[in-house]
Amino acid sequence: MARKTRKTDLLVGFRSGSAIKKLLADLKKETSTLNRRLRIMEVCGTHTMTLHRSGLKPLLKGCGIEMISGPGCPVCITPDYYHEAIIKLLTSRHELIVATFGDMTRIPTRSGSLQTAVPASGSLIRIVYSPEESLELARKKPGKQVLFFGAGFETTIPAIAFTVKKARKDGLNNFSLLTALWLIPPALEAILKSGEVALDGFIYPGHVSTIIGERAYDFVARKYNLPGTIAGFEPVDVLLGVLAVVRQIKSGQPAVANEYRRAVRPEGNPVALSLMEEVFETFDAEWRGLGVIPASGLKLKPEWVDFEATRRFELSFKPQRLQKTDCRCGEVLKGLINPPDCPLFGKICNPDHPLGPCMVSYEGACLIEYRYSSGVKWK
Amino acid sequence: MKMINLEMGSGGRLMQEFIQKKLVPAFRNPFLKELHDSALLPGSIAFTTDSYTVDPIFFPGGDIGSLSVNGTVNDLVVSGARPQYLSLSLIIEEGLEIKVLDKILNSIKKAARKASVLVVTGDTKVVPRGQVDKIFITTSGVGQLLVRPVPEKIQPGDKLLVTGPVGEHGLAIMLARNNFNLSSPARSDCAPLTFLLPLWKEGVLWMRDLTRGGLATVLAELADKTRFPLLVEEEKIPLSRSLQGAVEILGIDPLYLACEGRALLVVRKSKAEAVLKQLKKNPAGRKAAIIGEFQNKIGKKGEALLRTSSGGFRLLEPLTSELLPRIC
Repeated sequence: MARKTRKTDLLVGFRSGSAIKKLLADLKKETSTLNRRLRIMEVCGTHTMTLHRSGLKPLLKGCGIEMISGPGCPVCITPDYYHEAIIKLLTSRHELIVATFGDMTRIPTRSGSLQTAVPASGSLIRIVYSPEESLELARKKPGKQVLFFGAGFETTIPAIAFTVKKARKDGLNNFSLLTALWLIPPALEAILKSGEVALDGFIYPGHVSTIIGERAYDFVARKYNLPGTIAGFEPVDVLLGVLAVVRQIKSGQPAVANEYRRAVRPEGNPVALSLMEEVFETFDAEWRGLGVIPASGLKLKPEWVDFEATRRFELSFKPQRLQKTDCRCGEVLKGLINPPDCPLFGKICNPDHPLGPCMVSYEGACLIEYRYSSGVKWK
Repeated sequence: MKMINLEMGSGGRLMQEFIQKKLVPAFRNPFLKELHDSALLPGSIAFTTDSYTVDPIFFPGGDIGSLSVNGTVNDLVVSGARPQYLSLSLIIEEGLEIKVLDKILNSIKKAARKASVLVVTGDTKVVPRGQVDKIFITTSGVGQLLVRPVPEKIQPGDKLLVTGPVGEHGLAIMLARNNFNLSSPARSDCAPLTFLLPLWKEGVLWMRDLTRGGLATVLAELADKTRFPLLVEEEKIPLSRSLQGAVEILGIDPLYLACEGRALLVVRKSKAEAVLKQLKKNPAGRKAAIIGEFQNKIGKKGEALLRTSSGGFRLLEPLTSELLPRIC
């Protein structure tokens, strides 16, 4: 009789203490013959979360591997002026519903945060869990304008594209969006091109890769000669990813390995990719910390711009010079410093009183470090 | 702090800060100072109060009525008192259907009977539509103090017990509130903890119900008030299988999800196995477990540590803001 597998069995296996011990032992063996420490960037904030939540970070350090957080937190890399434009609109425009993801409401800017802003009469903020939920709002409140404000990478973008198409199909003319949509490969290229961060390899984001596939990272191995592995988000997944990177380093043959085959296909998800392409086009976008990166952002194509909130509400949306503050989120996002290296970290900047986005977002390196590791000094 | 925001009521550190800065100084007195779940008054009387504003008012496993009884009853139980009398104040929104109110009152009646408490006084207000959301309930409770909790007597080696799988109330509410279309059969654990009362005389030093902020917040606060750090083994924390699947999808840490019928107990090392055995005899404690102990070698004073199933360590911090599912 076939054994009935349960969905949660997957979690048990990929968290198995004995598998983790074995992988750590393998890693130690591999790195013991290298006479240097390795620096590997985990691009995605959810990987940062796994490393801290499972306590793997110090264990990897013990194997001679330093894990460095990358820019993989869409809320963190969105410059303040997006928030400032929305705050200004919300406080001045009547009968407007701003629908957004929870952590977007807490991002501190010079104009306060969406949470502290006092909406104009008849206006309000609604926290949604998916872009489609904001369509539901638009349908239920035909007398109000519903603006979806969202940040995301390739993982979230197809769902947003789908939402736009549905809004047109359903004739929801009171729906619009202000989006901060970012692409991972151009950001990796920018980090490599700048040469500011010394890296020995990458752990590529698992969720993003389900959409864009393996080939999107080929340039890292080919052009920059650096190894990398796509990994899932359980502790065993991450360790398999790190081990694959280390083995590439040792063999001197950088490639794009895939240790998340249960979710990621070489070609990615063609349906999602064509949906993105149908609705969005690239532009040179400004990332917090990384600056303007060629073709790294997505905006609505001309045939969809009637849903563009900047146009509908004539938002002045001029990227200004980022104000100089003591907050070093930019350097954290680039992998130049670790959160505790920032003089504000854990002192005046903490989850209750965040001074930068990396201390707000659930994928922000500072929040994760603070929540799971601050004060813990283990060998 | 210019305006009240939602986080100040979320049970996390911002709420503690609010209480310490605003409420304690305003009413300073020796009974308030200890900030227990209940005030311990002369004559061995424990007194507590709580307001219930849960949304939605009906959820799998309970409703605002049973919650308003069990929440207050449990605050007394974990303070070492046998719950006896409750007050019941209702603030009702104009337009609430009578049959909805009947359902809630019936649930209050049943919960009170189960916890052996009498509702002895109350108040009713009706406010215009939109001024409250359907119904808000406040209950106060009085109980007879059986034993005074002694967190100051906790020693290295003393054990940490939870009375059952954690996080189910929080998850049930979250799933009921947001239409995630998950087929998870999450049910609130809302129940009275009165079955724990006999254990107070069996070597229990301290108890706390795992409400807002969940197990992690309670452990962090406990570590903060004792002389020794504590260490919990992640693998020993009871979690139901369906909850494990759902929290993964939603990106939530189950250790921060609220319970309304579970407690954390600190038990003398030598008595822990006996207490566990006794707990397991009760259907509500069938899945109770020893999850960790106080330390004198690992960690520093004030720290609540978790040894993860990977063998690494992580620090448990109190909840800071409302739990939100990830966006990407």
